[in-house]
Amino acid sequence: MALDVSPGAASAEAHPDPATEGRTRRTRPGGGLGRFIGFRLLAGLGTLVFVLLFNFFLFRMLPGDPAARYRAVKSISPKDLARIRDDLTSPLSEQFVTYLKDPLALKGISSWKGEPVWDLIAGRAWPTIVLLGTTTILAVVIGIWVGIKAGWNRGGMFDKVSTGVTLIFYATPEFWLGLLLILMFSSGIGPFPGIFPSGGVIDPGLTPFSVDGIQSIANHTVLPATALAAVYLAEYSLIMRASIVDELGQDYLMTARAKGLMDRAVRRHHAVPNASLPTITLIFLNIGFIIGGAITVETVFSYPGLGLLTYEAVSEQDYVLMQALFLVFTLSVIASNIVADIMIAVMDPRTRV
Amino acid sequence: MSTAATNLEPHQVPTTLSSRAIARARRAASLKRFARAFLRQRGGVAGLVIMLVFIALAASAPLLFPRDLLDITKTLGNKSLEAPSSRFWLGTDENGRSILAVLVWGARTSLIVGLAGSLISMVLGTLIGIGSGHYRGFFGSVLQRLTDWFLVIPFIPLVVVLAAVLGQRGLGTIVLVLGVTSWPGTARLVRAQTLSVEGRPYLERAKVLGDSDWQQMTKHVLPNVMPLVLANTTLTVAIVILSETTLAFLGLGDPYRDSWGTMLEKATNAGAASTGAWWYLLPPGICVIVIVLAFTLIGRALEVVLNPRLGSE
Repeated sequence: MALDVSPGAASAEAHPDPATEGRTRRTRPGGGLGRFIGFRLLAGLGTLVFVLLFNFFLFRMLPGDPAARYRAVKSISPKDLARIRDDLTSPLSEQFVTYLKDPLALKGISSWKGEPVWDLIAGRAWPTIVLLGTTTILAVVIGIWVGIKAGWNRGGMFDKVSTGVTLIFYATPEFWLGLLLILMFSSGIGPFPGIFPSGGVIDPGLTPFSVDGIQSIANHTVLPATALAAVYLAEYSLIMRASIVDELGQDYLMTARAKGLMDRAVRRHHAVPNASLPTITLIFLNIGFIIGGAITVETVFSYPGLGLLTYEAVSEQDYVLMQALFLVFTLSVIASNIVADIMIAVMDPRTRV
Repeated sequence: MSTAATNLEPHQVPTTLSSRAIARARRAASLKRFARAFLRQRGGVAGLVIMLVFIALAASAPLLFPRDLLDITKTLGNKSLEAPSSRFWLGTDENGRSILAVLVWGARTSLIVGLAGSLISMVLGTLIGIGSGHYRGFFGSVLQRLTDWFLVIPFIPLVVVLAAVLGQRGLGTIVLVLGVTSWPGTARLVRAQTLSVEGRPYLERAKVLGDSDWQQMTKHVLPNVMPLVLANTTLTVAIVILSETTLAFLGLGDPYRDSWGTMLEKATNAGAASTGAWWYLLPPGICVIVIVLAFTLIGRALEVVLNPRLGSE
């Protein structure tokens, strides 16, 4: 995505909106929240149908004989193998009918492991959720703090330095940052101590829901989450800064100051709440980009989540697994876009047109 | 063209000039104004200088480091993963090749992919954006919906899957993959601008005078969206270069060509991060950051120049 820091851009982003025109015609101005949510869900459904169609054609561009990949897999039953071969050798129109019967590939079998793809995905989902959750919290908290401080004292030393640093991080490939962190804090070099593990999400033999287990997960998550958060922090801080700057000249801030409020109170209770909307929605709109980052960062750290699974599917040329993973990623983006739109509508009734 | 005409305000243009000459003079004048405004943006100028230095280095790679230096059958005599020395300023890679030489050759790949991919993205985004803004009715809404749908699909997973599906990976495949996936942002921007241009009186005049849809779009809309497209494309170059690095790092690059991404892939496979071979890891990453930063700075400066409201920040 282009690094777009005008505050208007964030709200435009919030409306990927396949139905704006239709909606303005059908809905009376100021139509209720329920109606808005209904239309938004309907639009999301339309997107879902498109994605399912897209997914079908994307994976029919494969060169070679896709069924051949399964021959090497021992654990697959002859019945499944026959079913897969029948499907993959039938004409495109028949394949499409088969596809429509099971568009989510619920019965899909991985050609790499010979196991159902959704079992593989289910087993790998939680580390990614832990990683992306930690990353988002880190990036949002630090990004908003930096953005407020920089925007409030626009043109000051902090503003200049922080804008420069965040722009550099924004230009950094997240996996390269991960490699450096491994070099410094996992292998240890020069003055840097190698104190964090790299590889895996939890030490073998520990269960996730124990004190030692949680500590071990935290230890394994620190470095990859830092690498991802550093890169995605820029978007939050720059948007927050731009929205704060946008509020600076507003009359209500003058009023607040005229009442005799301290600078800090004006900032905290008047400017920040009004400037927060674009940043908060960005959290959800950014999910797609952070997933992209998770693919490489999990690969670098051998962090066994969906990102590493994607890398493994690509290197093992397991297209069924790839297709299911791609669907998972796309669905999370569609869902978070809907959440973002609904959040805006709840907080800012003007957008419910 | 007379030099006097270039600085004239529209109402001062003498009637003796042909309409074409007037248009040309105005265009030259606004170009000059644009260049002057851009040169006032320090970040943008710095980005421009960095970009030119990289292009010069990439173009002169064969002169600086003859191709032989990259041929691993001829570098077997060198020590592998050697730390920087007076002979190898940035050390050697796992095949004993000079990292500096690989780095300079890698710049070619990154720049070619970045520029060519963005070009495809620019053409697609502009066509679809103008089309969806100009045509009301079915055709326009199909294009608009297509843009919205593609905006939702997560970019890197799409690029990775597409590259994996397409299999044989020459440089052309990678350019194509990145070009056909990065247009939706541009299309959305162009559409918004097209809608605002379409509302202006001179377009109404063109319609009344019987200009065809094609004439309206190419003669009136396109020149007005082009500056914006230029700024946006500069930012796209940054994203495409970053994405090429990601693809190559995941092993989806051109296996016969060195790029900064393949360098990082090979460094990882050679265990540079665990053995402390920092000289192999740092240079490609820093190059990516610097060139991406350069294009970002240029793009932002262009945006500020074209949209004075942003400049007040």
